Amino acid sequence: MKKFAVLFVLALCIVSCAVAEKISVYNWGDYIDPETIKMFEAETGIEVEYMVYETNEDMYAKIANGKSSYDVIFPSDYMVERMIHEKLVQEINWENIPNIVNIDSRFMNESYDPESRYSVPYTWGTMGILYNTGMVKEVPHSWDTMMDDTYNMDMLMLNSPRDTIGIALVMCGYDLNSTDDEALEAAKQLLIKQKPMVLAYVVDEVKDKMIGGEASVAMVWSGDATFCMDESDELDYVVPEEGSNIFFDAICIPSNAKNVAGAEKFIDFLCRGDIAAMNYNYVGYAIPNTAAIEIIGADEYNASPVNNPPQEVLDKCQVFKYLGEDTKKYDQVWTEIISEY
Amino acid sequence: MKRKGLMVLPFALWAIIFILVPLGLIAWYGITVEEPVAYTEITLEDGTPAFRLEDGTVQTQEPWQKKAVISFQNFKRMVEPTYLRLLIRSLKIALLTTLICLILGYPVALILTGKDFKHPTLWLMLIILPMWMNFLLRTYSWMSILENSGILNSWITALRNAVPAIDQWFTARGVGNKIIFLYNENAVILGMVYNYLSFMIMPIYTVIEKIDKSLLEAAADLGASPSKSFIRVTLPYSLPGVLEGITMVFVPAVTTFVISQLMGGGKVPLIGDIIQNQFGKSSDWHFGSSLSLLVMVVVLAFMGGLQQIDKDEEPQKEVRIF
Repeated sequence: MKKFAVLFVLALCIVSCAVAEKISVYNWGDYIDPETIKMFEAETGIEVEYMVYETNEDMYAKIANGKSSYDVIFPSDYMVERMIHEKLVQEINWENIPNIVNIDSRFMNESYDPESRYSVPYTWGTMGILYNTGMVKEVPHSWDTMMDDTYNMDMLMLNSPRDTIGIALVMCGYDLNSTDDEALEAAKQLLIKQKPMVLAYVVDEVKDKMIGGEASVAMVWSGDATFCMDESDELDYVVPEEGSNIFFDAICIPSNAKNVAGAEKFIDFLCRGDIAAMNYNYVGYAIPNTAAIEIIGADEYNASPVNNPPQEVLDKCQVFKYLGEDTKKYDQVWTEIISEY
Repeated sequence: MKRKGLMVLPFALWAIIFILVPLGLIAWYGITVEEPVAYTEITLEDGTPAFRLEDGTVQTQEPWQKKAVISFQNFKRMVEPTYLRLLIRSLKIALLTTLICLILGYPVALILTGKDFKHPTLWLMLIILPMWMNFLLRTYSWMSILENSGILNSWITALRNAVPAIDQWFTARGVGNKIIFLYNENAVILGMVYNYLSFMIMPIYTVIEKIDKSLLEAAADLGASPSKSFIRVTLPYSLPGVLEGITMVFVPAVTTFVISQLMGGGKVPLIGDIIQNQFGKSSDWHFGSSLSLLVMVVVLAFMGGLQQIDKDEEPQKEVRIF
């Protein structure tokens, strides 16, 4: 009897080990349609252990200390760059991801992963101007709008050093990622000059304020713009023609992944048109997946100004680079700007 | 004696875990900066390049580890004009807030303790009641009242539309369609006064209430006018409450960051906002801790000064009326 019990337990163990192939997925909160995970489990028999994080830095800390192992992660552009540099993510074998053909080549080979060896873009967005169509005299096609005294005390800027100084750098004709003192000084002077015209420096409050008609124009991330435009018909979004910041959340496989084959299957699954379309409908961010856009309907997808900035503008958009210690320079400049009075 | 020692234990533990350890951490972060660890490049037996760190560990990944090094460079950065100006501005706003709270709060406490005043408990309740609501919520309400598209502005617009004379009065003074109440220093001070006023009223009320009424009666019997007995009896005896109220308002006012962000729209940053930035956006915990230490020193100096007043002004045992 005892022998039988031991055998039974052993057998159970073998069966369960054989059946329950597992992958562990570490994603942003609310960043996938939960239905798609169920579909993946049903189709492949691979069990998905799904966990979420709040910031890139949280995720990075867990991966970097090496104690926890995940098979699929979703870092943003600059974090992909950093993790490639620190060899925390591994090269993806594209032969196992046939659905990669669905990804628009415009969004491959971005500077954070120049040869697209480590990452697949999952969603993307831009920095732009959200404006109240009833309150502006013309569409704010240029960042110069934010220096126009027609909008004196009628514009909102982001209270975020990297974003706001980055845009000021672009306005001064420098690179979005400049760290040299001359460029930063020029950006600083521009923003100090702008400061008396700025109604407020905000982050999350921008949504309430723009929906409530508190200001005519605001510098926003496209994700917030989508939210505001859903709430108010008066609002519209434009990516200024001088170029701007474009950002990606990408899919990567950590170097210490336990189930690489399973991870590849999952990534391929996410690149499938119908699945990407489901996730677009759930998450609402712009996607690089052409097959999915066909399923959604190109007209419907492109109706949102967030999803299709003109190609020539998009060409001038850049991703943020990981700056390491130089991030402190931005903080210093930012403090100098906001403490000016 | 042993028993007593045992009873102190829970508090001692509490103090160590939640006061001493965090303070120690802030002090440690404050006097250190992060530097990348030193390493040497080596080749493993199988030929792959690797890195040997200072502490002897070997890894194939390029070293990203940082170590804390004792350095006073953060203190040097702190005394740059940018940060000093912010500190001075924070002190100025906090002092103004405290002064306004005192001017508004003292009479309220006095009226509440008046012998003819009915239902003081009810009124006290009404003053405390808003404090039961989260202060963020209360600050957000102020925002929706004062915003350009807020309640006050919509009333003013309605009034101007209804009464041409009022509209002319406003127009003559160059007032546009909207009056901008928020996003400046005054709005920040308003937000703070509103949030902290009850901290001023309560201690003053408690102290005045406890003043022996026979002292006032004696003063009256001996012919002191009400104003004279206020100056000679009530005022000196209420001083401890006033000092406590000042501390209770000044200390949170000088360190706040939420009120200034919301009411000032990020245009009136205080030292607290900059500290918060160091722990958030800029993730420079070391500099943030150094700044916190600076603020702690300022607050300590302030409270030390107050205590000095307390000692000097302690009312004499015998009250001189004439």
